[in-house]
Amino acid sequence: MNIEDIKKPENLVYSKTPLLTDAVMHYCPGCSHGVVHKLVAEVIEEMGIQDKTVGISPVGCSVFAYNYIDIDWQQAAHGRAPALATAVKRLNPEKYVFTYQGDGDLCSIGTAEIIHACARGENILVIFINNGIYGMTGGQMAPTTLLGMKTSTTPYGRDAKLNGFPMVIAPMIAELDGTAYITRQSVHTAAAARKAKAAIRKGLEYSVKGVGLSFVEIVATCNSGWKLSPVEANRWMVENMFPKYPIGDIKDVLKDK
Amino acid sequence: MAEKILLKGNEAIAISAIRNGIDGYFGYPITPQSEVMETLMKERPWLTTGMVVLQAESETSSINMVYGGAASGKKVMTSSSSPGISLMCEGISYLAGAELPCVIVDCQRGGPGLGTIQPSQSDYNQVVKGGGHGDYRNIVLAPASAQDMYDFVDLGFDLAFRYRNPVVILADGIVGQMMEKVELRPEKPRRSQEEVISDAPWAAVGKPSSRERNIITSLSLEADVQEKFNHKLQEKYDLIQEKEVRYETYRVEDAEYLFVAFGCSSRICEAATDLLREEGYKVGMLRPVTLFPFPAKVVSDMADKVRSMMSIELNLGQMVDDVRLAANGKCPVGFYGRQGGNIFTPDEIAEAFKKFNNFE
Repeated sequence: MNIEDIKKPENLVYSKTPLLTDAVMHYCPGCSHGVVHKLVAEVIEEMGIQDKTVGISPVGCSVFAYNYIDIDWQQAAHGRAPALATAVKRLNPEKYVFTYQGDGDLCSIGTAEIIHACARGENILVIFINNGIYGMTGGQMAPTTLLGMKTSTTPYGRDAKLNGFPMVIAPMIAELDGTAYITRQSVHTAAAARKAKAAIRKGLEYSVKGVGLSFVEIVATCNSGWKLSPVEANRWMVENMFPKYPIGDIKDVLKDK
Repeated sequence: MAEKILLKGNEAIAISAIRNGIDGYFGYPITPQSEVMETLMKERPWLTTGMVVLQAESETSSINMVYGGAASGKKVMTSSSSPGISLMCEGISYLAGAELPCVIVDCQRGGPGLGTIQPSQSDYNQVVKGGGHGDYRNIVLAPASAQDMYDFVDLGFDLAFRYRNPVVILADGIVGQMMEKVELRPEKPRRSQEEVISDAPWAAVGKPSSRERNIITSLSLEADVQEKFNHKLQEKYDLIQEKEVRYETYRVEDAEYLFVAFGCSSRICEAATDLLREEGYKVGMLRPVTLFPFPAKVVSDMADKVRSMMSIELNLGQMVDDVRLAANGKCPVGFYGRQGGNIFTPDEIAEAFKKFNNFE
C-alpha cells in the first residue's frame, strides 16, 4: 500500500479549511497566531459567512493576517482597528465585523479606541492576542508584560516603579454596559483550542444579535520574544501568564440573564 | 425655482451631506466647526436617508472611522478645525496610502498649539502639502462662501471617488460661521449597495465567491514594490494637476497688478481690488479654488503680464511660496497677512499694496 491508496475521501479525518490560504505563514514556529488564524478561518467557513465577513488587521505581527484568511480585510493604523470596525459595522449592519489585535495595539496605543468601542456597544467581535510582548518590533515591553519579565526595553525585568504595572483590560471593559461577551482563552493544547474556537464562534454570532461588543482574549505565547522553545513557552505561559490572566468567561449577557 | 435658505457655512456642509446622499459622518466637537455635527444630529438623517452620524471619542478615532467606512466603499466624511486636523494627519496619510476616497472639512482656526478659536488660514502648508508622513497629496478645495461649502461636499466626493483620494475642504472660521443665502441643489439619493459595489469594486465589505478577496492596506515591505506604488501615486497627482485645476479671476483683463487670495481672503481682496481700481490702479485678483492642484500655470501666465503680484493670506506667508514658485522670478511677488484671528480690511490690503509697490 502506498500513500496514494490511503488518500481517499472516506479515510479523511482532517483537512485544512479552504479559508486558510496556501501562503507560507511568516509567524515563528510555536507562535499562537497560526493556531488562532486557523480557528477564525474554520469558524467563518462553518458558519458560511465568508461573503458577509470583514476582518480588520492591526499593526504588529498579525498585520499580515490578510495574507492567510481568505476574506475581505482592512488593515488599520496602530491601535485604530476598533474605530474602523465601528464604521464598517454601522454602515453595513448585516455584516460580521471583527478586529484582530495584539496587546501593544489594543492595550497601549489603541486603549482609547477599544474602551470607547466597548462603551458604545459596537456590535463587533474583538480578538485580542495577549502574549505580553511586542513581537514584530523585536521583543519590547508591552502593557501586559508581567512584573519581573525581561524584554528588550526591560532588560533587568519589568519593575513596577520604573515601568508601571501590567494592564489587565478584560475585567475593565466588563464593567462597561456596551460589552456583551468577554472571555479569556488559550490555544496551547487541543482542548484549549477547541474552547477558544467555540468562543470565537459565539463572539461572531453575538455580533449580529445587537447585544453589544464581544471580546475574546487569547493568552498566547511568543516563544521567540520570550527566548524559549515552543514547549518551554507553553509551560511558562501556564505557570506565569495564567495566574495574572486567568482563563475563563468573564461576562456573557445572554447567559448571565 | 430652486429653494434658497439662510445658512451658516458649517450648517451648509451638514445639509448638503444629507441632501447629497452621503452615507456617514464621524466627528468630534471643536470650535469653530461644531455646527456641522450639531446640525446633523438635529436633522436625524438616519431616520430619512439612512445616513450614519456618530460622535467619536477623538479626532484620531473619527478619521479612522472614515478610513473604515471608506474602505467599505461608502461615502463618508468628517469635519474638524486645525488642532483636530493635526491629530487626523496620521489617518489622512493612511487614507492616501490605501487610496481611499473621503471628504474632510477643515474649518481653520489660528495656531500653533491650542492657538485661538478665531479664523485663520494657517493650515495651508499642513493640508496642501500633505500633513502626515509620506509622499502624498490631498485634493484641496478652498470655499469662500456658504454656497461653496454646500457645493463642495458633492464636488468633493465626485473628485474623491474619481481619483480614490482624500479631498479636504479647507474652510476657515469666517466661512464656517458666516450666514449667507444658499441655493439648495437637487437632491441625490444614497446609493444602493449594488451601486456602492459598482462604484467601488475594490471595497472590503465581504468576499463573494465570484472574486478574489479585497484587501485595503498601505503596507508593502518590499522596497521596489513600495517605490513603484509611490510612482503610481505621483502619476495620479500629475493627472489631477493636469485636469482638476479650478480658479476664479476678478478684473484681470487689463490688470497690471495681481492679488492672489483663497477662501475668505478672496472676498476681502475683491473689495480691495475695487477700492484700488477707483483710485486708478489697474488691479485684478486670482482666486485659486483648488489649492492642490494649484493653478500654477495661470499664475505663471499672469506673471508674464503684470508688474507685480501679492499673496494675501490670513497667515504669515504660506501660499506665497507656491505663488513665487509659479511666478518663477518673472515679476516681484509680495505678501500681506494677518494672524491670531485678526482679519484684514480692504483698506489695509490697499495700503499694503501701495507700500509694496512704492506708491507712497
